[in-house]
Amino acid sequence: MSDKILFMKSHEWVQFLDDTTARIGISDYAQSELGDLVFINLPEVGDEVIVGESFADVESVKAVSNVYSPVTGTVKAVNEDLLDQPELVNSEAMETWFIEVENISDKADLLSELEYKKLISES
Amino acid sequence: MKLIFEKGNTNRGCDLIPECDVPVVTLSQKFHRKIELNLPELSETEISRHYTELANHTFGVNNGFYPLGSCTMKYNPKVNEELAKLPGFTDVHPLQPEHTVQGSLFVLQQAEKYLCEITGMDHMNFQPAAGAHGELTGLKLIWAYHHDRNDSKRDKIIVPDSAHGTNPASAALAGFTVINVPSTDDGLVDVEALRGVVGEDTAGFMLTNPNTVGLFEKDILEITSIIHQAGGLNYYDGANLNAIMGVARPGDMGFDVIHLNLHKTFSTPHGGGGPGSGPVGCKEILSRYLPSQGIIEEDGILGFAHKDEKSIGRVKSFYGNFLVVVKALAYIMTLGAEGLKDASCNAVLNANYMMHRLGDVFDIPFGNGPCMHEFVISLNKLKKEKAVSALDFAKALLDHDMHPPTMYFPLIVYEALMVEPTETETKETLDEAIRIYKEVYAYACKAPETMGDYPLTTPIGRPDEVKAARNPILRFDFSSK
Repeated sequence: MSDKILFMKSHEWVQFLDDTTARIGISDYAQSELGDLVFINLPEVGDEVIVGESFADVESVKAVSNVYSPVTGTVKAVNEDLLDQPELVNSEAMETWFIEVENISDKADLLSELEYKKLISES
Repeated sequence: MKLIFEKGNTNRGCDLIPECDVPVVTLSQKFHRKIELNLPELSETEISRHYTELANHTFGVNNGFYPLGSCTMKYNPKVNEELAKLPGFTDVHPLQPEHTVQGSLFVLQQAEKYLCEITGMDHMNFQPAAGAHGELTGLKLIWAYHHDRNDSKRDKIIVPDSAHGTNPASAALAGFTVINVPSTDDGLVDVEALRGVVGEDTAGFMLTNPNTVGLFEKDILEITSIIHQAGGLNYYDGANLNAIMGVARPGDMGFDVIHLNLHKTFSTPHGGGGPGSGPVGCKEILSRYLPSQGIIEEDGILGFAHKDEKSIGRVKSFYGNFLVVVKALAYIMTLGAEGLKDASCNAVLNANYMMHRLGDVFDIPFGNGPCMHEFVISLNKLKKEKAVSALDFAKALLDHDMHPPTMYFPLIVYEALMVEPTETETKETLDEAIRIYKEVYAYACKAPETMGDYPLTTPIGRPDEVKAARNPILRFDFSSK
């Protein structure tokens, strides 16, 4: 896991590729809590994402959950593999990004990996 | 088991249709089917055995304990079915002249009267086919109300994070934006957080009371008044009405519009196609927007009122699932005012009995005080320490001739099991369920590695739920025959 990866309390991870570009996914803890994913709804390239607001939803055999954006910016790319193979998130959550965002103008208060691990061990 | 299409043989029939006594008309060739119709051809014995086998693979309240939280799987009195079978109800056509169906109209009129009395509403409309359909209809009334007052900026519906999933879904479908309001650590609506999200864009607030963790919202009057003061309306999700029938009324709590689930609270069949019935009720201020305007009486003759020009329009063909209303009315009249109240009190008593007896073994997150008609167990500790999930636990219960509780709901409780025993179970049944829950829990702690294997006694063990959700096979492929 890269040391550049940061987390939200709502279990998303963000990896900054540079100051204004980043990839976003959900944590391994999130996928294990959700259980087997059956559908993922993603935004489209060019859509705006806003910090703290939902940009995607994931449906597991248990429930449908929102995925919240750690940043404000424009969707540069979406991982279209997930539309047919949502199980990729279950097998490699930390390697499987949902979207890549550019022109990032704002970001949430993010947790380091250590802080995040502490958070989930307490839950 | 085999499907009916995989059984039988060609030219084997058992038709009981009388010989045709009118001239046979042949349609022109262009209306003929190009492919032969694939109909099963079975003997009457085979058909009878096929459906008996299906029935044997089905589990309902007639088979055993069914404590499916938030679903109120109470016993369905058989007298309801007898009454709904009366030819005066079944051998009528919805377009028959009103004076020839006075009995059916009387049923609708009486059911509306009683349900309004029970809920504190002024009107009740029976068109919606089930709960979520009632929600959509109720939200359309809220939409119509604001737009009629030229207050169209009100486009936000507030729902608590513990809400039934249908609440935000119905609000989104009705064209609103959904705002979530968190629960407090006590499992109740966070009143201060609610105050923080209301405003000029608030269209309404949706709540079930008691809420989904089985607690009565003690601040309900303050909650509904916050919404009213902001200019919004309060929507009551009737899924949990079974806890308060005859004791408290949504109308007195400040709710303006509600839906009921006759197939939950009022003992009509639930699941397996029901059919359901989700009447929408409202206060006078919303009555003009209802899908239709109810029954009126003129010179002792009942009839349908003319539709109001402000009506949101029809949401279902004719009068909704009318025979379900007959059954619900039968239930209400059989129990009477005191009986309905007793039903709710016993539902609450049964839930509290189970909760307290299970409390020494199970973690019950909001179990400090009494619960209402249901309670929520968390198996998070079992999941963390033994890797046994709520799903594993629920599956293991299937081997004990009982239906598991609702799983993974509400979302604010991890590894949740939501238990709603209902009033129609005896103490012996509850004691047996408590014994089995504890036995399965002890076994899960002792041999967690085996918990993925259950159930062992059901026709199907563990279906591939991912595959079932992603690639469901919903029709028979005749080419495979």
